Amino acid sequence: MSMDLNVKKATRNAFRITSKRGMTCIRIRVPGGHMAAGYLDIVKRIATDFGNGTVHLTIRQGFEIPGIPFERMEEVNRVLRGLLEGIEAKLGIEIPDWEGGYPAAGTRNVSACIGNRVCPFANYDTTALAGRIEAAIYPNHHHVKVALTGCPNDCIKAHTQDFGIIGQAEVEIDPDRCIGCEACAVNCRRRVTGAIEMRDFRAVHDSRRCIGCGECVLKCPTRAWTRNPTKYYRVIILGRTGKRNPRLAATFLEWVIEDVVLGMLRNVYGFIDEHIDKSLPKEHLGYIVDRVGYPIFRDTVLKDLDLGPKGRIAERLDFHGYWYERDCALK
Amino acid sequence: MNRQDEYSDLNASFRFSVLEFNALFTSLLEHFEIWAPQRYAARGRFSDADSIGYGPIHSPNEIVFDEKSHFSSKEAVFPVSETMFDLLGDEFVQAEDAQRDILVFARPCDINGIERLDDIFLRNGSVPDPYYQRRRERIRFVLMECAASFENCFCVSMSANRTDNYIAAIRWNSEHVLMRIRDKTLLSLVPDNASPAEFIPEFVEEDREPIGLPNGEKLEAAIRDGSLFEHDMWEEYTARCIACGRCNTHCPTCSCFSMLDIAPEPESGFGRRRRVWAGCHIDGFTNMAGGHAFRKDNGSRMRFKTMHKIHDFNARFGRHMCVGCGRCDDHCPEYIRFAHCIGKVTRLLESGDHE
Repeated sequence: MSMDLNVKKATRNAFRITSKRGMTCIRIRVPGGHMAAGYLDIVKRIATDFGNGTVHLTIRQGFEIPGIPFERMEEVNRVLRGLLEGIEAKLGIEIPDWEGGYPAAGTRNVSACIGNRVCPFANYDTTALAGRIEAAIYPNHHHVKVALTGCPNDCIKAHTQDFGIIGQAEVEIDPDRCIGCEACAVNCRRRVTGAIEMRDFRAVHDSRRCIGCGECVLKCPTRAWTRNPTKYYRVIILGRTGKRNPRLAATFLEWVIEDVVLGMLRNVYGFIDEHIDKSLPKEHLGYIVDRVGYPIFRDTVLKDLDLGPKGRIAERLDFHGYWYERDCALK
Repeated sequence: MNRQDEYSDLNASFRFSVLEFNALFTSLLEHFEIWAPQRYAARGRFSDADSIGYGPIHSPNEIVFDEKSHFSSKEAVFPVSETMFDLLGDEFVQAEDAQRDILVFARPCDINGIERLDDIFLRNGSVPDPYYQRRRERIRFVLMECAASFENCFCVSMSANRTDNYIAAIRWNSEHVLMRIRDKTLLSLVPDNASPAEFIPEFVEEDREPIGLPNGEKLEAAIRDGSLFEHDMWEEYTARCIACGRCNTHCPTCSCFSMLDIAPEPESGFGRRRRVWAGCHIDGFTNMAGGHAFRKDNGSRMRFKTMHKIHDFNARFGRHMCVGCGRCDDHCPEYIRFAHCIGKVTRLLESGDHE
């Protein structure tokens, strides 16, 4: 069947161009990678009624449903209403046309580790914050990848994303509850950064070494160590995979509160609008910042944000990556 | 430290509205420091999880009535960490104790637990522990009626479900408070127009999962001949226990402590002796001078604790140390169930397989 297809429009509607001519693949968003199991019925229905009966689980925690003929996009979009209403609208996202499918696809699904609803190590409810971040930055056509992880173990691999939000616990010790068992100090030395030492048989905290993982709270048998209920985040940025210069993200902010995270992410889009190379089909944020420079990026995305008494900003970004070059030393 | 004699002739019960109870509580605060199970919001082991433990409270709204506290009431009388004395040059300065009487809101298991501590600190040998004693003498109990078991509770099996050691008993619901008062000071604070009521506290009469205790003679024999000591049932716990010590720190009857000294500084001459909770499951508990340690494997620690809780203490004081509150089971990160361990010992002795 011959087609006259507006590819850019379809792509922005979350339908991919695929290696099979005439066939598309819909990309389903699952913010935070967590949803009521009932929505799987909609995924299944799209796969069996319009696709080839299979579903791909993506690294971003969405679904890709392949084998859908392009001419069935409108029908798929009508079925998608259930997901738009049940998932996106519930997060406060305005959907312009209930039967028009996803309003944008550039800003990717916000992924998250399972968080403190399940994981003992997590320092916050990643699922809930993923929803609030989705509401802050979606729909948007700019290509931005955000991932949330509850602790520095980084099980979501936020180090390969444009933005990684790592939970930090401000741990506090009540010296009158410390029994000097050293469980926290031994564990911190062996598994973390050695931020606890024993002084006169009491655990003493070195806040410069502490990365806020919360392990000491997990180890403490007396509740001497607790987390301050205020949630803090470390923001790592501009990690990426890809064909030119893959690299792990670098720490940008430490000990900032949620308002800073949300405000910063909102500001990113203005930075991209202003500085993206419009001669390219698309340019990833990391390469824009490489070109424009870190200070301009920093000042733009943090504009008018109060980092609070604990917030810290990186003086420079130290990336640990490598360059693919034709003439590199590989023999 | 039974005070029943002081108040046996006094016995009056009232029904207070929540407002009336709040007013009574305010006047109680003028006479007592009040300790009760309270919620430490978001201060639990896991993020966003609460901890329920004992500490001074200032409003009845702070009392957690409908959940078992994570930590027991023992820290009202046996602090986690306590300064005993300071050294200032040639001077010895004993840490001062507060003067106010303390009212502790506690369930029967916790009151029984403190009575077990009394055995250890006051009646174990000829000299009562003075630090414990001076604080204990300031403590009176308000019994929190506990008529139904929580998860892991087995107080009935341990005969620790009842107590008569209280100056007031309380039954709480969201509309009113029933209170039985057996103390002159307390009674004098009740307004003349308070509504009288019939209230005798009820106790849990049945465990969800009753624990069969070992036959005393068989247990004694198996200890004497070493067959229980050497039995491979403890190896399971070597593999499972991680020696985190939560069973000890959450236990209302674990009374072990370590002395930790700050040696006098050469310049100032300041030194301090503290004591802190210790526990038989925690690494270092059996360390001795010269690097010697016994009970290195965690199964041995489990055996030691089990024997202390259901045999050794009983042999000396005529009642079991364990009060069956189940907190060791509530908080074990490895899901070890002490109650099941007791049951295993019982079954082993019944079957004779240890011989």
